[in-house]
Amino acid sequence: MENDLTLDLLAPLERAEITHVDWSVLAPDEGKRLRAMGIDEGARVAIAHRGIFIGRDPIAIMVGRMNVAIRRVHARAMQVKRV
Amino acid sequence: MSRLRTAALVGNPNAGKSALFNALTGARQKIANYPGVTVERKAGRMFLPSGEPVELIDLPGSYSLDPASPDEEVTRQVVQGDFPGEPVPDVLIVVVDAANLEQHLVFAQELIALGRPTVVALNMVDMAERDGLVLDADALSAALGVPVISTVAVRKRGIDALVEAMGDAENQDPSTRHEVAGQTLPERRLAARNMAKGAILTEDSKHRLHAKLDKVLLHPWLGPPILFALLFVIFQAVFAWATPFADALDGGITALIGVVEGAMPDGVVRDFLTEGVLTGVGSVVVFLPQIIILFAFILAMEQSGYMARAAFIMDRLMAYVGLSGRSFIPLLSSFACAIPGIMATRSIADPKDRLTTILVAPLMTCSARLPVYAVIIAAFIPATTVGPGIGLQGLVLFGLYVAGIVGAMAAALVLRRTVAKGGASGFIMEMPRYQMPPLRDMAIGLWQRAWVFLRRAGTIIFIATIALWVLLSFPKAEPGESQVDASIAGHVADGMHVILSPIGFNREISLAIIPAMAAREVAVSALATTYAVEGADEEEEAEGLIPRLQAGWTLPTALAFLAWFVFAPQCISTIAVAKRETNGWKWPVFMLVYLFGAAYVFAGLTYWSAVALGL
Repeated sequence: MENDLTLDLLAPLERAEITHVDWSVLAPDEGKRLRAMGIDEGARVAIAHRGIFIGRDPIAIMVGRMNVAIRRVHARAMQVKRV
Repeated sequence: MSRLRTAALVGNPNAGKSALFNALTGARQKIANYPGVTVERKAGRMFLPSGEPVELIDLPGSYSLDPASPDEEVTRQVVQGDFPGEPVPDVLIVVVDAANLEQHLVFAQELIALGRPTVVALNMVDMAERDGLVLDADALSAALGVPVISTVAVRKRGIDALVEAMGDAENQDPSTRHEVAGQTLPERRLAARNMAKGAILTEDSKHRLHAKLDKVLLHPWLGPPILFALLFVIFQAVFAWATPFADALDGGITALIGVVEGAMPDGVVRDFLTEGVLTGVGSVVVFLPQIIILFAFILAMEQSGYMARAAFIMDRLMAYVGLSGRSFIPLLSSFACAIPGIMATRSIADPKDRLTTILVAPLMTCSARLPVYAVIIAAFIPATTVGPGIGLQGLVLFGLYVAGIVGAMAAALVLRRTVAKGGASGFIMEMPRYQMPPLRDMAIGLWQRAWVFLRRAGTIIFIATIALWVLLSFPKAEPGESQVDASIAGHVADGMHVILSPIGFNREISLAIIPAMAAREVAVSALATTYAVEGADEEEEAEGLIPRLQAGWTLPTALAFLAWFVFAPQCISTIAVAKRETNGWKWPVFMLVYLFGAAYVFAGLTYWSAVALGL
C-alpha cells in the first residue's frame, strides 16, 4: 500500500521522504530544475499549500526552508513514504 | 598582476542579488542585453577601498552550472569565461540567502570549485534572524575556505566589509580551499546540509512570518478575493491618485505655451513649438504620474514576494488556456508596458508557452493606452459614483482592463490549439519569503522605468508628433478651406477613412491612428495637434482637447475608439521586441495581422451595438 503513496496524496504538513521519481513525466529541463532545487529521491518534503481553484492545483511543497510550487501531475510522479 | 577590473554577483534566484547590486553600485547602472541572446545584462560601477573602479555585473539567478534555461546558460558561460566578448570576472561574489543555506550552498560549492577569487555574501541575515535563525559566518568561512561576509543589502549592512573582502580577494590562494565541494549533486547536497548545520548557532522555527501570511494570502476563499481586490485598488489608484500631479504637469505645460506665445513673434516657428512640440509631447508627459503609480505597485508586488503567490493562485486559471502561472508575471508586467513583459517571457522554459505569452502580451492594457483611455473616459463618461468609493470612470477603466485580459485569454486558448500547439507545460516556481519592499530598490527601479518612458516621450513620440504636425500644416489651406482638409495627412486620412468609417471612426481618428503606430499614447497628442491646428483663432486653440472631443464625437464613436485600442497593436517598439525575442519576422507579422483584425471587428461590434441601443 505504502508503495502507491504519491506526493500529491499527502495531507498538508505531513512529512514524507521521496522514494522514487518517474522522471519521464517531466520535461528534461523541468527534471533538472527540480533536482537543482533539491527535489529528488531521498529529499524530505511536505505539502505547504494546495492550489485554490478546481483540482487544488498547483501544490506548494516545502523542501528544506524553501517552498516550491509544482503541478499536481508532477507530484503524482513522485512516490513518497511517510516519515 | 593585472588590475582588478570586473566582478560578478552570482547566486540562486531570490538570494537578494539585485538589492546587493543596488547597494554596491547605487544608481550608476547600465541595463542592456547580452549580444545574441535575449538575456538582460545589468552592469554598474563600484569602487574598491583603494579607489580602484570595478565593473560589477549582476548575473541572472541560477540554481546550478548545469543550465535549465537561457538565463542560466549565460551565467554558466560568463563565470566559466566561455561567453564571447565578456571577460571572466576577476572576483566572484557568491550571494547566498542566510535563511536558505542548505539550498544555496549547493550552487555556491560549484562556484567556489571554479577556483576563482571568491567572496561569499551571507545575505539577508536579518530575515534569517526574524525566522529565528542565528548564523556563524566564520564557521561557514572555515568550511567553505573563502571569506564569508554577513550582509543585509537593503540596509547597506556589511557592504563596506564586502567591498574590502573583494579588494583582498585577488590575493586568495585557491589551494587553501578545503576539499569541501562535492563532485556530484548528491555529494554537494550532503555537504551543503552539513555546512548549513555547522553554521547555525541557534535555531527557533516558531516565527515563520511567511507561513502565517501564506495561510491568509493562499487561502482557498481569501486568496483570490485579496488578489482581485489588490488589482482593483491598483487601477483605481492609477486613475485617482495621479490626477493632482497630472493636473499640475498639465498646468505647467499650458503656462509654458503661454510664455512661448508671449515671447515669440507670430509665425511657423512659434506654431511649431506650441502646436507641435509642447502640445504633442506635453499631452503624453502628463501621464507620467499614472505610469509611475502603476510601476510602483508592480515593483512592490515583485519585491515583497507577493508576485509569486499571485502566480501560484493564477496557475490553475492560466492552465485552462494552456499557459502556466509563469506567464502571469510577464502578462502582469505588460500592464505597465508590453516590452518588459515580452522580455520577461524569457523565464518561461517551454517554447510554445513562451510564444503564446509573447503573442498575447500586447493585449494586456499597457500604460501607453492609459493616456488614450483617460482622455476618452474623461470626455464621455460622467464622473459619478456607482457605489461607496467606486467611481464610474474608474469602473469603465477597470472594464477595459478586464476586456484586455479576457481578449488575451481567448487568444491564448485559440493560439495554443492552432499555431502554438503543444503538450501541456509544467509550472515549477520557488516561492520567496515575504519582505518589506526596500524603498531604495523601489526608487531605483521606478527611476529606471520612468526614465525609459521619458526617453520614449522625448524621442519616438517627439519625432512622431513633429512629423504629424508637418503633415497637418502643409500645404497651407486656401482661404475658406479647412487646414486639416488641405494637408497631406488629411488626404491620407481620407483613404483610411473609407475603411474605418463603417466602425464609426471619424476623419480625426483616422488621422490620429496613423502616427499612433509609433506608440499608442501618440493618438492623444495627435488628436490634440489635429484639433489645435484646426482651430482658426487663438481662442479656439486655447480650448482644451476634452471639450473638442465632446463636441465632435458621438458616444458610440468614443466607445468604438476605446474598443479599438484594447486590441490594436499600435506600438512599433513592441513589434520590434517581438521580432527580437522570436528571432524573425514571422511572429511579429502574425501578431500585427491578428490584432488589427480583432481591433476592427471589436470596434465595429461596439459601435453597431451602441448605435442599436440608442446611446
